Amino acid sequence: MSGLAASVLFVADGLVQARGLRKRFGDFEAVRGVDVDVARGEVFGFLGPNGAGKSSTMRMIACVSPRSEGALQVLGMDPDVDGPRIRARIGVVPQLDNLDTELTVRQNLQIYGRYFGLSRAHVRAKATELLEFAQLTERADDPVEPLSGGMKRRLTIARALVNEPELLLLDEPTTGLDPQARHLLWERLYRLKREGVTQIITTHYMDEAEQLCDRLVVMDGGVIVAEGSPAELIERYSTREVLELRFDPALRPAPDALARLAERVEELPDRLLLYTADGEHTHAEVARAGFVPLSALVRRSSLEDVFLRLTGRTLVD
Amino acid sequence: MTAQVPAPPAPPALLRLLPAGSYAGRSRALLLRSATASRRAWLAFVSGFFEPVFYLVAMGQGLGSLVGVLPGPDGAPISYAAFIAPGLLAASAMNGAVFDSTFNVFFKLKYGRLYEAMLSTPLGPVDIALGEIGWALIRGGLYALGFLSVMAGFGLLVSPWALLALPAALVVAFAFAAVGMAATSYMRSWQDFDLVTLAILPMFLFSTTFYPLSVYPRWLQLVVEFLPLFHAVELMRGLTTGAVHLGMVGHLAYFLVMIVVGVTVASRRLDVLLLR
Amino acid sequence: MLLVVEHFWTWYRRNWRATAVSSVLQPLLFLLAFGVGFGSLVAGTGSAAAATGGVDYIVWLAPALLAVSTVQSAAFESTYPVLSGFKWQRTYFAMTAGPISPAQVALGHLLWVACKMAGAGAIYIGVIAVFGGVAGPGIVVSLLVAVLTGAAVAAMVTAFSATVENEGAAFNALFRFVVIPMTLFSGTFFPVDRLPGWVQPVALISPLWHGTELARSAALGAVSQPLAALGHLAYLSALLVLGVALATRLFARRLAQ
Repeated sequence: MSGLAASVLFVADGLVQARGLRKRFGDFEAVRGVDVDVARGEVFGFLGPNGAGKSSTMRMIACVSPRSEGALQVLGMDPDVDGPRIRARIGVVPQLDNLDTELTVRQNLQIYGRYFGLSRAHVRAKATELLEFAQLTERADDPVEPLSGGMKRRLTIARALVNEPELLLLDEPTTGLDPQARHLLWERLYRLKREGVTQIITTHYMDEAEQLCDRLVVMDGGVIVAEGSPAELIERYSTREVLELRFDPALRPAPDALARLAERVEELPDRLLLYTADGEHTHAEVARAGFVPLSALVRRSSLEDVFLRLTGRTLVD
Repeated sequence: MTAQVPAPPAPPALLRLLPAGSYAGRSRALLLRSATASRRAWLAFVSGFFEPVFYLVAMGQGLGSLVGVLPGPDGAPISYAAFIAPGLLAASAMNGAVFDSTFNVFFKLKYGRLYEAMLSTPLGPVDIALGEIGWALIRGGLYALGFLSVMAGFGLLVSPWALLALPAALVVAFAFAAVGMAATSYMRSWQDFDLVTLAILPMFLFSTTFYPLSVYPRWLQLVVEFLPLFHAVELMRGLTTGAVHLGMVGHLAYFLVMIVVGVTVASRRLDVLLLR
Repeated sequence: MLLVVEHFWTWYRRNWRATAVSSVLQPLLFLLAFGVGFGSLVAGTGSAAAATGGVDYIVWLAPALLAVSTVQSAAFESTYPVLSGFKWQRTYFAMTAGPISPAQVALGHLLWVACKMAGAGAIYIGVIAVFGGVAGPGIVVSLLVAVLTGAAVAAMVTAFSATVENEGAAFNALFRFVVIPMTLFSGTFFPVDRLPGWVQPVALISPLWHGTELARSAALGAVSQPLAALGHLAYLSALLVLGVALATRLFARRLAQ
């Protein structure tokens, strides 16, 4: 009874709801039956390698790519019928920046606002506010082209906020940025979350997913292979710690030889991963058993390990 | 500050025939965008006015000195400059419209990825098509106005009918822009744009822009009479020389057909192209 | 330097169609429109004969069209392709990462453009001959003159392109305000003295006018004023030297970045 009530509540507050969502391009099926519910106020992630179907799913949610099959509701409306109405209330940050290079930084924000039918006075004030948010006030009247990658990304995000969206879609927001620019961007996205903006993020970086997402799905080959919070997923599919061992190729033991020392052993081209509750203890046992690695590293287990467990492959090759 | 994003209005009855969501009635925002962008590229904007003027000065004066006078549309003799000026007006309406709707649109489509950004707002493919064609028309209209002023300055406008040359230039530009945009939606790479040049250049040279139809043998005359630019030149030449007759409605009809076909194909194809 | 030329040749073998349209078909269409079409309009009129010195209009026009099309393709080949070498494909940077110097890249580019112009021009002469536009063997000298003119223009434009950062406006202005007026006001379609007096000085600085005068007198076998011919030749050579000097210097500067 209470379960039913909860699910009804959940649906009522769901910003995005997909059932059996599919996308075909000719013979190729990029998304093969995806179920997703995103609640108001949460940051939801699609984690997966390139080609997993994340971007195609995002484009369907953004109402720029008609679905091939399945049910989809965004903000309680059907994208096939109410595309423009939905797009008026969401913000989209595409994978590659598509800023208007014929306009200045400020004009990019103002003109984009005009596409939403906002008044001239409103977009003028809003642009000033967003330039501040994106830390681009000093570059306001410069052309877009000479901006750094991080600046362009921040401008693209600021642009997506011009209509004060209820839902922000970010497709690989930090791909190609240097570490400093990534951290600055994460900080800005966290600020938006605190302001109550619902966000959907795709990424193939597990650290990004762990940093930003309340809840995420792991996608591979067009389907969802796992779902939960980052902590839940690690708990469910991995151990507390991981011992990474590198061997001289000539002296590298077969994974089976180490199997009894850990819960699970994964073999990667350059190293062996031993999944265990206590890394230091396992390291000592490995030495006692007579194996001599070139190097050993104990670390917390991460979403990367979850992904490896689920698909047998690493996220970033 | 509170959000004041107005919901897009319901499309007018005629446009309900289009796929849902492809038109938000906001193509004016694109005009604003183009006007803002061209403020920075004003030199390119202004340069479009000079090209036909250069042609008029060089060809009208220089070539004219070899020709003397020619029989006009109604048989009365006119100067060579008065003969080619309406031809150049028609040709520049064609060139501007085709350039805007092919090279410019293709660039924005493939490289600038500008339309992708627009489509994540309430704007739909039809807004984009109308906005781009509208801007091409505004630009073409300004150039036509400038060129007509230069013609007036050289004393080449002898009839009040010439006032109608401006709207006629807009109709011609609209027709070429619509067909150009439809053609662009089938282009795959820059290589395909050779075909655009291949269509435009012979038309510019052979559609009685520079000499009368009587130069050609009969079979070639029939081919030329089939070309759209020929009809544009005939229309303009009739208006600027004042030799107006009922048959000109036929030329106009030619362009109306081009507009209907071009707009229909372009808006269908833009959907396919943009909303994958 | 020949290595650089070889690089371009390799590319060309795969992409010849586009350039065939612009460098052979385009001048052919102009020849048909003006040489044949317009020529038939003015055939037998005294004013045309007075302008051409008595020869058929197409014969008078043909060597000039050879020069125009050479100059146009020289200008085009030295704008976007050069900028692409610096900016988009960055092939110039790849070349100079090896043993090739920036000056050699610039010279290689110019040599390649010159070869292409010579090849296209030779084909074009064959086309002109078919339409009865060739008066005699002097046309071969016209071709050499056309290539010299084209090379001079290519060198200057290449130098200019080496300074361009952002394509649109700069090249647009170059074509609209320099290349097109040059083709219209350099005595290609009619003698320059038929123009209004205030335009005529433009022709004097136009390399295409000098090239056209030379190419035409060579084709018609009528070098009536040897001194003037030497003057044209000197002007074109000086422009070529200046252009090469500027281009090599600017290539070196930009590739050092």
